[in-house]
Amino acid sequence: MDFVNAIILLLNYIFIPALTYGSQLALGAIFVTLIYGILRFANFATGDMMSFGTMATILFTWYFQSLGVSLGVLPTALLAIPFGIIFMIFYMLLIDKFVFKYYRNQKSPPVQFAMVSIGVMFVTQAVVRIIIGPGDRRFFDGEKFIIKAREFKEMTGLNEGLALKSTQVITIFVTIVLVSLLFWFLNRTKTGKSMKAYSDNEDLALLSGIDPKKIVLVTWVIAGILATIGGALYGLDKSFKPFTYFNNMLPIFAAAIVGGIGNPFGAFLGGYVIAFSEILLTYAYKKFFMYVLPESMEPNSLVQLLSTDYKFAVSFSILVIVLIYRPSGIFKGKVL
Amino acid sequence: MRKNLNVIAAYSIMMVLILMVGIFQSWNIALSIFNLCLISAVMTMGANIQWGYAGLINFGIMGYTALGGLAAVLISVDPVQEAWRAGGFDILMSLWLIVVMVLVIRFILKRFEKSKIRTYSIAAIIISGILLIRFSAEPGIEAIEAVDPAKTGFLGGFGLPIIFSWIVGALFAGGLAFIVGKVALGLRADYLAIATLLISEIVIAIIKHEDWLTRGVKNVIGLKRPAPYEVDLQTTDWFIKLVEKFNSGKLSVIENLADRQAALNQLVIEGSSVFVKLCYSGLFLVVVIILLILTQKALYSPWGRMMRAIRDNEEAANAMGKNVVKQHLLIFILGSAIVGIAGAMLVTQDGLFTPGSYRPMRYTFLIWVMVIVGGSGNNFGAILGGFVVWFLWIEAAPISLFLINFFTAGIPETNALKAHLIESVPYFRFLLMGLGLLFIMRYRPKGILPEKIEIK
Repeated sequence: MDFVNAIILLLNYIFIPALTYGSQLALGAIFVTLIYGILRFANFATGDMMSFGTMATILFTWYFQSLGVSLGVLPTALLAIPFGIIFMIFYMLLIDKFVFKYYRNQKSPPVQFAMVSIGVMFVTQAVVRIIIGPGDRRFFDGEKFIIKAREFKEMTGLNEGLALKSTQVITIFVTIVLVSLLFWFLNRTKTGKSMKAYSDNEDLALLSGIDPKKIVLVTWVIAGILATIGGALYGLDKSFKPFTYFNNMLPIFAAAIVGGIGNPFGAFLGGYVIAFSEILLTYAYKKFFMYVLPESMEPNSLVQLLSTDYKFAVSFSILVIVLIYRPSGIFKGKVL
Repeated sequence: MRKNLNVIAAYSIMMVLILMVGIFQSWNIALSIFNLCLISAVMTMGANIQWGYAGLINFGIMGYTALGGLAAVLISVDPVQEAWRAGGFDILMSLWLIVVMVLVIRFILKRFEKSKIRTYSIAAIIISGILLIRFSAEPGIEAIEAVDPAKTGFLGGFGLPIIFSWIVGALFAGGLAFIVGKVALGLRADYLAIATLLISEIVIAIIKHEDWLTRGVKNVIGLKRPAPYEVDLQTTDWFIKLVEKFNSGKLSVIENLADRQAALNQLVIEGSSVFVKLCYSGLFLVVVIILLILTQKALYSPWGRMMRAIRDNEEAANAMGKNVVKQHLLIFILGSAIVGIAGAMLVTQDGLFTPGSYRPMRYTFLIWVMVIVGGSGNNFGAILGGFVVWFLWIEAAPISLFLINFFTAGIPETNALKAHLIESVPYFRFLLMGLGLLFIMRYRPKGILPEKIEIK
């Protein structure tokens, strides 16, 4: 019985939260990796673009709520996401036309692109804050829990409860569907394959008749979908605050690079690597050992490897170590 | 003279703008803008050395600034004797353990050939060493943090004049840059940017959460000053006389003696804070001028030529027998050390150290905007960038408020859109910075004052 309790404890406090957080990071990381692989620059505006998409989703959610439209037990935001995506894609294409296109035609070095993306970051941050303000916003409605901790305890008679939030299930489910669709698109359709070809060798791809304008357009469309959904899921699960989104850029970058930048599958797994290591290293295992070990060997301290304050520092340290020993990432992205 | 005309014109315009703030808003605001412009100028000089001279991209400016600030605390605060008694021994033991660990690793690296066993054993030593240090330091840290947590709760510093911290801050930042440079300088440009950004976040995390050393998010307030205190000045005779002399015209108009005394008191209170700010301006100007002379000398020396050669063509410079790796490390350390000075100056001026306020937006990206806008590779340009961007950063809110009121003059105050826009005036500065950066990058990619190399 104690063993089952220990498993439930780990599930509740480590596995499910890490899986949710990892999914949110993974979507952002695929976004970073796609932009890096195809448009060839590190996009420092990642976090703020995600917050723009989330902002659009929130505005549409409010609109639907004021109309009285809802999805019952599901959050209204799910209905608003497609509209948010359209807005996001429109904004991205606008920025691409007025900002990035010029440097692409000039064949500027990646550093210059990165600097320009910092300009875009400032502008996007201003736009988001002017429209919706810098405050903390919750836009979740509908049923909050699928299983409550107390109900679970009563049902099974265990000491440990397992709480399952509906946002966690939605996040994981949507991520699986979206990522499968994306990989199907990249590996099976003609456009997807030509994107891969363009990413591998631009000149060769152009020679074989691939239209670069179309590739760029499709990339921004996919990026818009990923950014909005990733951002909206994070906002549903936690809350929406522009500053947090800016900060989330850092673990997202870490995930993309750890997975091997330019490699979407690597970025997907990188998200989970970062999320799990952050939570595994900062969790206090005292209770777990109390269940597993016999009474005489119970630990006195918290058995916590690092205090939770260092959550972000963990993922950054992993990234730095990976960058030094294996700059192409765990799953072999572009060799730089 | 002729060829420096644009430099002189740009600086005169900048000075006129600051004087206008002094005349129309207040001299207090003008001087505080000016002081922060000077500090920003020091930071941009540091970033400019790395980016403009050598083409190294460093997004970790925030980390070095914070280390400089930490130096100001550790130098100027009086030591907390009780905390030292409570946990000083444990902390020193841990420090000793770290030194031993580093020496052991160095010994292994020197003594044994590169192999898998060596790598694993070094990893094992590091992990077990960290665990050992954590366990041995734990009681000491808890004891220190328990000493009067509302006021101290940390070890304190050395109780020296705060001005020394400007040098120590440079040493701290340079030391960190040495480690970061050894680790990360081999990376390609945009990877280096991300790596330095993340390392600076780690530095901030440590400063924020190691309360025994830095007091963490509880902040350190009331640091010593290199300048006199306002309260002391207001009761000093010579200062009151000075204010009287300056404002004699204004005061002589007032007939009533009591009224005149009240007006004088008001002027003395205002004057004291202006005087203190002027003291800081003087100190900062000295630093900026010294650094400017040194960096200009370096730029036109054989060493500066070598750095430009390395920047423009690394392989060719390498083929000419220049040690690219070593020079990159050197310039990375020098630039970061200058940023460290700026960090210490900033904390000196504020008189408080707030680790929570170090955010990449303000201390990394804004500095980069300054360098790019001002003109990378040109010291005068970088300093001008610091002035222009900081000026706009502060004055963006009043300017945009004016513009909003101007364009919506016909709309009543109660209009929701107008009220919303006025409420979000503080965020227009981000818009201004972003648009400014984008326009400069597009239409004047070398900055306001572009790099100009004279061959003498």
